[in-house]
Amino acid sequence: MSSFKIFDVAGTGMSAQSVRLNTTASNLANADSVSGDPTQVYKAKHPLFEAIRSGIGAKAATTGVSVKGIVESQSAPTARYEPGNPLADTKGFVYAPNVNTVEEMVDMISASRSYQNNVEVMNTAKDMMLATLRLGQ
Amino acid sequence: MPVNLDTYLGVHAQALKLRSQRTEVLASNLANVDTPGYRARDIDFKSVLAAQSGEGSPGQVQMTATKRGHIGGATANGTATPELKYRTPLAPSLDGNTVDAQLEQAQFAENTVRYQATLSFLNSKFRSLMTAITGQ
Repeated sequence: MSSFKIFDVAGTGMSAQSVRLNTTASNLANADSVSGDPTQVYKAKHPLFEAIRSGIGAKAATTGVSVKGIVESQSAPTARYEPGNPLADTKGFVYAPNVNTVEEMVDMISASRSYQNNVEVMNTAKDMMLATLRLGQ
Repeated sequence: MPVNLDTYLGVHAQALKLRSQRTEVLASNLANVDTPGYRARDIDFKSVLAAQSGEGSPGQVQMTATKRGHIGGATANGTATPELKYRTPLAPSLDGNTVDAQLEQAQFAENTVRYQATLSFLNSKFRSLMTAITGQ
């Protein structure tokens, strides 16, 4: 029965969203990991989603989602003048990661809602299939 | 009276299959809610069901797949593959994604309820058949 594909689709969605939650957690945890070298400082990570095309015509009806890769944000780290910091460079600057905490929080809520959506889809599909199995009883 | 089970069940058997296919398409839309460039798709239930049960409009000509690899034609057993259509986005996003999560959720809920309605129809058909068989 083709309805089993829904579990695959919702499963890939859940897995992709959990990767997104993971990167958000990593970004937020390292939001204050300063460094004395602007090339060594932590860079915000973001997952790149891609649709999985399973075929052509009706075969392409189900489209899961995969994480194509994780890209690092290319924006410049913010320099802070903290001569007292032991990590500061010779000019007295430390470099903070290019993590935007507000953006990360929004990303986190969005990922969590999308995850819940996929769980709901999976639950509904399960109920539908169980009801179909009880057909004629 | 010989009962042909296919005609006895009427349109409901085909409707159930189509509803489950539509569930898959809507689940795909919901899974790809954050995928850049993904275009939301759907099945035009009414026209596909009409075409599959041979009640298409008079001017409509159904293509037949004569070779393996032909797209969108009726297959050997007469069931046409449902044509997927792209949704017209109300507010397209910058990354080219046209999935509206709220709309998809509403369609998903509606589709599920209608699936259960079709199941109830089938159930009552079977029950009356059982009544006829057992005579109780």
